[in-house]
Amino acid sequence: MEDSERTPGFNIRSFLRPRPLPILGALLASLVLAGCGDRQSALDPQGPAASTIALSWWIMLSIAAITFSIVMGLVLWAVFRRQTGDPDEISPAQPDEDSRFILTWGTVVPGLVLILFAGFIIYTEVALADDDDNPAERIEIIGHQWWWEVRYPDRDIITANEIHIPAGEPVDITVTTADVIHSFWVPQLHGKIDLIPGITNEIQLEADDPGTYRGQCAEYCGLQHAHMAFTVVADDSDDYAAWVDQQQQVPANPEDQDLIAGRQVFLGSACVYCHRIAGTNASGEIGPDLTHIASRETLGAGTIENSRGNLAAWIIDSQHFKPGNKMPPMDLSGPELQQLIDYLESLE
Amino acid sequence: MTVAAERLERSWESPTVLARVLATVDHKAIGIRYLVTSFCFFVIAGTLALFMRLQLAGANQDILSSETYNQFFTMHGTTMIFLVATPMLSGFGNYFIPLLLGARDMAFPRLNAFSYWVFLSAGIFLYSSFLFGLAPQGGWFAYTPLTEEQFLPDKGLTFWALGLIFLGISTTAGAINFIVTIFKLRAPGMSLDRMPIFCWAVLATSAMIVLAIPPLTGASVMLTTDRVLDTHFFDAGLGGNVLLWQHLFWIFGHPDVYIIFLPGAGIVSEVIPTFSRRPIAGYYYVALASVLTAIIAFGVWVHHMFATGLPQVSMGFFAIASIGVVIPSSIQIFAWLRTLWTGRPQLKLPLLFVLGFLFTFIIGGLTGVMFPMIGFDQQVTDTYFVVAHFHYTLIGGAIFPIFAGFYYWLPKMTGKLMNRALGHANFWLLFIGFNLTFFPMHIVGLMGMPRRNYTYDEGFGWAIYNLLSTIGAFILALSIAVFILNLLYSRANGEDAGPDPWRAGTLEWSISSPPPAYNFRVTPIVRERDPLWMPDGFDWADDAPETGRRRPVDPLQHELIATSVLDGNPDSVDEMPHDSYWPVILALVLLGLFYSLLTEQFWLAGLAGAAVMVAIGGWLWPEQLAAPEEGESA
Amino acid sequence: MTVAPMFDRELPREVAGPRSTGWWGMVLVIITEAAFFTTLIASYFYLWSGSDSWPPPGIKAPELVRPLIGTVLLAGCSTMMVLAERFVKSEHGRAALKISLALTTLLAAFFLSIQAYEYSVSELALDDNAYASLFFVITGFHGLHVVVGLLMSIYLQLRVWKGHFSPRRYLAVQNVGLYWHFVDVVWLFVLLTVYITPNTLTR
Ligand code: HEA
Ligand code: HEA
Ligand code: HEC
Ligand code: CUA
Ligand SMILES: [Cu+2]
Repeated sequence: MEDSERTPGFNIRSFLRPRPLPILGALLASLVLAGCGDRQSALDPQGPAASTIALSWWIMLSIAAITFSIVMGLVLWAVFRRQTGDPDEISPAQPDEDSRFILTWGTVVPGLVLILFAGFIIYTEVALADDDDNPAERIEIIGHQWWWEVRYPDRDIITANEIHIPAGEPVDITVTTADVIHSFWVPQLHGKIDLIPGITNEIQLEADDPGTYRGQCAEYCGLQHAHMAFTVVADDSDDYAAWVDQQQQVPANPEDQDLIAGRQVFLGSACVYCHRIAGTNASGEIGPDLTHIASRETLGAGTIENSRGNLAAWIIDSQHFKPGNKMPPMDLSGPELQQLIDYLESLE
Repeated sequence: MTVAAERLERSWESPTVLARVLATVDHKAIGIRYLVTSFCFFVIAGTLALFMRLQLAGANQDILSSETYNQFFTMHGTTMIFLVATPMLSGFGNYFIPLLLGARDMAFPRLNAFSYWVFLSAGIFLYSSFLFGLAPQGGWFAYTPLTEEQFLPDKGLTFWALGLIFLGISTTAGAINFIVTIFKLRAPGMSLDRMPIFCWAVLATSAMIVLAIPPLTGASVMLTTDRVLDTHFFDAGLGGNVLLWQHLFWIFGHPDVYIIFLPGAGIVSEVIPTFSRRPIAGYYYVALASVLTAIIAFGVWVHHMFATGLPQVSMGFFAIASIGVVIPSSIQIFAWLRTLWTGRPQLKLPLLFVLGFLFTFIIGGLTGVMFPMIGFDQQVTDTYFVVAHFHYTLIGGAIFPIFAGFYYWLPKMTGKLMNRALGHANFWLLFIGFNLTFFPMHIVGLMGMPRRNYTYDEGFGWAIYNLLSTIGAFILALSIAVFILNLLYSRANGEDAGPDPWRAGTLEWSISSPPPAYNFRVTPIVRERDPLWMPDGFDWADDAPETGRRRPVDPLQHELIATSVLDGNPDSVDEMPHDSYWPVILALVLLGLFYSLLTEQFWLAGLAGAAVMVAIGGWLWPEQLAAPEEGESA
Repeated sequence: MTVAPMFDRELPREVAGPRSTGWWGMVLVIITEAAFFTTLIASYFYLWSGSDSWPPPGIKAPELVRPLIGTVLLAGCSTMMVLAERFVKSEHGRAALKISLALTTLLAAFFLSIQAYEYSVSELALDDNAYASLFFVITGFHGLHVVVGLLMSIYLQLRVWKGHFSPRRYLAVQNVGLYWHFVDVVWLFVLLTVYITPNTLTR
């Protein structure tokens, strides 16, 4: 019962004494571990921008932890300290001392902290805004529900869901959208930038080292927002040149009978309305460019791995993997499908 | 019972059962309705969250389809913000503002009843979308162009936009009512600077509502016409601009988060002094902090749009403004700390919940001040880090204070004390469940998990934290169940509370629990803040010791004394309106109007519009020829 | 300290202006409505600022004669309401009160018919583009407020006939007057935004 007891009894108080700080400490410790070895963690930065941001986070976390401990410590002390005198008596307000305390601790001290903090913000923002005027590459990203179109305007490359960049060099990325708002985000390299209808936004990415960094759409964009991922592959300069070279190739006309048949299946099906393969009549723009589909790691914007089995399954019923995506199930016979897959797999 | 009391009783009680249900204008009945209804919505929206948590408990789960998941988080967020947090606090406001002020009712009792009925109708309207499988799925801030007809063609978002316009009527009417009540119906002698802090908080909140709802309504109107009449406000191809929506929504949305937090802080400012056994430290500063928060809140909305690529300079401006908003919060925090420190705190249940509030809210606030670091925000916006921030502030800043408010004030409402053991179980389950649910979200957000994902893959290290969150959510749910149990148990078996179980200082404790229909038999005359604590802090107008004093106009009838805005000097005697069926009729007619707009039956809408006019006319028509007019503005 | 002075006079039962709750209610309604129109008008300028030409190519800026006539009519409504408030406060103003309210109704109806005519001859349609949407939604919402004002003046008229008002009881008249002044001031902003600026500030 909530009895009418007006003196807080000691037994109850010690029972009630919360021990939030150790628990919090344990949870905070797990934060430190959280950064390691993940492909999409902001705490495992792999580029200058992301590193600056991560550093600012650790600094802010420390200040926050100190502030929290002090304020909460004082509160708990105030409540649990030993009290004297008649517990029920009303102590009068002390207008002058009260005001002085509140003004000091409630406005002056936090005010100073915040002014320092504002300086820190400006400093960091200036550092982050310091883009290189001579980027090594220019890339255009166009968001679609729910995949990424990737273009290299200076090199005549069109691809999807996989962005290659030269490691160690700044790359300018221009983002636009074909439909709703999406957000371009590679946590290990930089923060987000939104893709907004009617607006062209820019961001400069740089990866310190060669590697694969995962990104994901970060603005809710409908049914398959969760499956709108992509990868940024940072290559060393040789690999990058090789990749560019490969992507610029127009696939040769196949000579193998099976591949010719496969291409026929592709060109004879609805595929052509939605997909483009350079060097053929297929020039659809609703779906990703498939000119070099076999060179990509994933299908369906990071939904599944690009393997022979998955490719076949995707074509037959992509809705199974990514319900609601804009590619309808394709009705193909067994042999046709085999030929089609053979053909697509030849598109390195 | 004295003759006078009997007479009052007769004139203030509802005459029949039907009237009591449908026609009552008693602010206490309406307050309880607000509380009960919004609590039901809380359980519903919480249950939606439980399903979401189940879906996210592990990687690649298949409990909810993407569409259902999207509907669930949209309705969870929309319900929690619009149908739970705001109306729950209006519930407390409705019940307690008149009591704290020493008044017999709200300034416009019928408008008050109307606000409730519209709130209920709008809630039903929004939720009826589920019946047709058409629940909205645009997220609680419904960014265009996703929410345009082209991308979400079903009626879900029309439900959403119309529902919010409808609900806005209720919220605005309620806010106007609070402001006028606080300005005009304070007990004689209660100058503005003698009224309890909770009233300041509600005053600031209501002022924000009056100014913040219109941008939301305007935006929702444009979204509705875009969807229904093919206008092009948010259509970049034809001269529209999708960012217009974001600006308008957040000009509403940011003030709204303080609309939710300030009354919670107001409750805290009542509980802490009572259980610290001293008046609040820095009364003026705390009151001023509420007002300051309300003002600054309108200047920071762009901090929700840091990833939209706006110019650095304008983002910088809003970033600095956003850290400015910390000052009023820290004033309040340190005033509470000072109060605890120089008083003699008694750790009873309400204060325990307040400690829970401080713990969670400070964490939430501290993550909040990190966002103005624009680069950091661009990293964590739209991830679970933000989800963690806002549950820490919303649950910390509103739900914990609401529970503190329940444990503090339910004895006044029911006349029974709450059970202590169940109360402790309630608190600890809530506290542990809450932190277990939401603390890991900070981590998982930093690890790159975006929000609003119905599923996620293995291999990112997210699964374990999500599992913890899910477990926490069920502990949280248990705590809510324990609360409901406590409420039911204590109402039946609780100890009698008596008029003043906490020996508190404000006027509501000067009358019986629960209070009679007319609240105060005699109008109190107030001379100090915390009048019950101060010798000679107040007296009843008719048993003042002075002799030879002219008997004040002490209304024994269905009347009260209205006072002047600043000083609380008696201004007039106002006859208060009696029960009326018009408010519920008008709300129902409006419900019809909104359904006909939804279904695009414009002739029906015209008819309903005419019916609305008739109902308003009927409402405003004075009952008796000689009766003074009331509520013209309604 | 004694409280006696508080009650040393008989408290009035009929008050108007800032001493009454009704007046405050109306003022707050007006504030929130003003915020609503501010939203619409700010949206107008926001969309304007984001477009290359305004009005969009091929659309003429709205013509000014009709709205200027409308302005005069609405100014008439406000004047009539000022008079109505004066008449209701005087012992002998019944007939004048009825006439001024009737004129308010009439002028408002006239304004609305001009607006209806303007809509009917307009080359624009709501679904043409954002410019047209703004034009109709802003003027439409204003028109709706004129309709409400018109209904209010009829309502007052009925109550005058029923003899509800007296020189000391006139809060309703005062409030409707406030409302009309608000509708008219908003009109000035609408006029400036929707009609005048596209004619003068072109780019
Ligand atoms: C009750 C609700 C509430 C409250 C009170 C707050 C309080 C604050 N919020 Fe929060 N916020 C939300 C609810 C709330 N927020 C919601 C719902 C969203 C997300 C909407 C969505 O996207 O769905 C959001 C999102 C949000 C964002 C956008 C994030 C993003 O989407 O990228 C930002 C950015 O600046 C922000 C900032 C702040 C700040 C600076 C405060 C400050 O007011 C906090 C001030 C308090 C303290 C700092 C703690 C106490 C003070 C001290 C102990 C003194 C000492 C402190 C210092 C010296 C630092 N909030
Ligand atoms: C006041 C506001 C509020 C409150 C209280 C809560 C409470 C909770 N919220 Fe949330 N939440 C929001 C406001 C709020 N939320 C908002 C605004 C969003 C953003 C939406 C968007 O993105 O559009 C959001 C989003 C959001 C998400 C992110 C979804 C996503 O981005 O994909 C999640 C995920 O876990 C979540 C979880 C929870 C949980 C577990 C609770 C729990 O605290 C709920 C606890 C309550 C219950 C569980 C009640 C049930 C009780 C019982 C069942 C008891 C038994 C009943 C009887 C005996 C009758 N919320
Ligand atoms: C109606 C349009 C449409 C048709 C027809 C269509 N596709 Fe697609 N396809 C899409 C879209 C859209 C996507 C992207 C889906 C996503 O990831 O959300 C896609 C994705 C793909 C992908 C994965 C590409 C990647 O990089 O992720 C392959 C492979 C593919 N389609 C092959 C085919 C083949 C083969 C056919 C014909 C047999 C075909 N498509 C027919 C629209 C279509
Ligand atoms: Cu694209 Cu989310
Ligand atoms: Cu905000």
